[in-house]
Amino acid sequence: MSAPAPAGRSARDTILARVREALAAPAPLPHLAHHAPQPAAGGLPILSTGASRPWLPDGGDTPAETMNIFVENLGKLRAVVHRLPDMSAAADLVFTLTRERDWRRIAHHRHPLVAPLLAGVPCATYCVDDHGHCVDDHGHCVDDHGGPSGAESAAAKDALEGCDAGITGCEALVAQTGSILVSSATCGGRGLSVLPPVHLVIATADQVVATLGDALEEARQRHAGRLPSMLSFITGPSRTGDIERILVLGAHGPRELIVIIVDDARA
Amino acid sequence: MASSTGEARRIILDLLRAAGARAVIKSKCMTSEEIHLNAAMEADGYGVVESDLGEFIQQLRGEPPYHFVFPCMHVRRGEISDLFTRHLGSPPTDDPEELTMIARRHMRRLYVEADVGITGANFLVAETGQISITENEGNARLTAGLPRVHIALAGIEKVVERLDDLAVLLPMLATAGTGQPLTCYNTLYSGPRRPGECDGPEEMHVVLLDNRRTAILADPEQRDSLHCIRCGACLNVCPIFKNVGGFTYGTTYQGPIGSVITPHLRGLADWNHLSGASSLCGACTDACPVRIDIHHHLLHNRRNAARCAPHRWERLGHRLFAFVAARPWLFALAGRVGRLTLPVAKWLRPPLLAQWLDSRDLPPAPRHSFRSQWSFRGRRS
Ligand code: SF4
Repeated sequence: MSAPAPAGRSARDTILARVREALAAPAPLPHLAHHAPQPAAGGLPILSTGASRPWLPDGGDTPAETMNIFVENLGKLRAVVHRLPDMSAAADLVFTLTRERDWRRIAHHRHPLVAPLLAGVPCATYCVDDHGHCVDDHGHCVDDHGGPSGAESAAAKDALEGCDAGITGCEALVAQTGSILVSSATCGGRGLSVLPPVHLVIATADQVVATLGDALEEARQRHAGRLPSMLSFITGPSRTGDIERILVLGAHGPRELIVIIVDDARA
Repeated sequence: MASSTGEARRIILDLLRAAGARAVIKSKCMTSEEIHLNAAMEADGYGVVESDLGEFIQQLRGEPPYHFVFPCMHVRRGEISDLFTRHLGSPPTDDPEELTMIARRHMRRLYVEADVGITGANFLVAETGQISITENEGNARLTAGLPRVHIALAGIEKVVERLDDLAVLLPMLATAGTGQPLTCYNTLYSGPRRPGECDGPEEMHVVLLDNRRTAILADPEQRDSLHCIRCGACLNVCPIFKNVGGFTYGTTYQGPIGSVITPHLRGLADWNHLSGASSLCGACTDACPVRIDIHHHLLHNRRNAARCAPHRWERLGHRLFAFVAARPWLFALAGRVGRLTLPVAKWLRPPLLAQWLDSRDLPPAPRHSFRSQWSFRGRRS
């Protein structure tokens, strides 16, 4: 990041000084000052100010419950889930999908769960990690000369834009909201999970967590204090309601989201 | 960091110049509406395309957003089809899905070719130095992911303490804003591409705008209005918004919360009329997920406006009214004159009234005054 201009620095000092000065006067939160009214027994909840509302959906207490909630939520979001016993079943599924949809080119990244899916796939593949050869099979950085050059990155964007589907791993699956947490470090950067019209996610059953907070915590531990430059919760296929508030899928991101969960990741 | 809207514009234009920007793509950012960024960029010769479908439609129409969550909720699909036919040469259709696909196809090359992407931010996480962007379409993901430079613009009040706070705030924003458990993409960015990542921008800049937010912070009474997460729930339930629509406010932020904060952001003298446009029903306060005391703040603004010395003409007018109203014969006479001259005035459009009539309709003058109708009915019953 470039150094801030001197003008920017003085603005920063002024603003921070104003914030400090403003906060010198305490301000009680108006609604916390008095207790919330309680609804009568069996009555409707009081929705006026003061009553607490259950904002957060349940994520389940046991792994089985959590998995069921995740699968159910994904269905409501019009995403497709496949629960499969092992990797060879998953590879068969990707093979069939490729045939049926007539995919010509599938984009992917280096990832231990992704590689076996593409071994026998009947179409061309494109690996986003091939520009600059920067990571090993586990997504760890081995060699980075400042990343892809301008021309390389333009070519990479073009290549990715021309793919019919993208396959990624994920950081975690969140039951509470039916979300998939991806990161720029372990899921093929920023473009792979959003530019191709179909996004396939491959995950293992033990990657399902109950809440958004759990998923963030997991990512924090995995990346030990140095979070990837992008972390994104994907909750269903891309959508918009901007035209007369009618739901349309596939606004700018993928139209379809397919999640494959395998119970046993060993081949 | 920018104290004023002018400073924020200058910082961003300097960044565009330094980046040698040729094509700029933008995802939805209300703060950029607040600083009138698009106009400034166009004046400096930068082409900019709004990628959010609603914002794109509004950009083609040459209008500001109508609602800060649903920018084009007032536009019918037929109008959108005509608009696309005119600007993009697409065949007419009244299918929302097909219209969305036309915009999608139009935008795809633009993402790949843009060298600068400008986004807003819904939250700024102090603990980890991340910015959080909430969206449904995927356009912000592409805007922050593909171009060489990413610029994010946000108000300073968006800062939250901990990453964990988002585990509550993200679902809250979605539920209150659009009724979803979580919007489609909720993304955290903590900088440009890292070594080992295969793509992402080379530079990331975050521009933080004050523009008198610190003045709201300095007012203990209305400080909580900075808690707003811009979900739009208060607009959706507001009987005034539903009747007058988003453009009538003439502000960046419409609806009840806009009426609370605009007098602070742009000056009470010119914007205090907004707090008058409220029935004080309190529906906004009930709907607000962060429990801002919105309708009381509208009252506070009215009180503050009354405290400032009123305009000389306003004072004179009130004195004249008091004089007339205290004398029943004069009041009746003035009423009669008013009823007779109203149709003439509507037709003549004298200088002061003409401007007022430009955006308003006067009801036809009643034949009899309220007082004569009252006494007539009293006699009949
Ligand atoms: S004031 Fe409350 S209800 Fe209105 S937009 Fe802000 S957070 Fe939402």
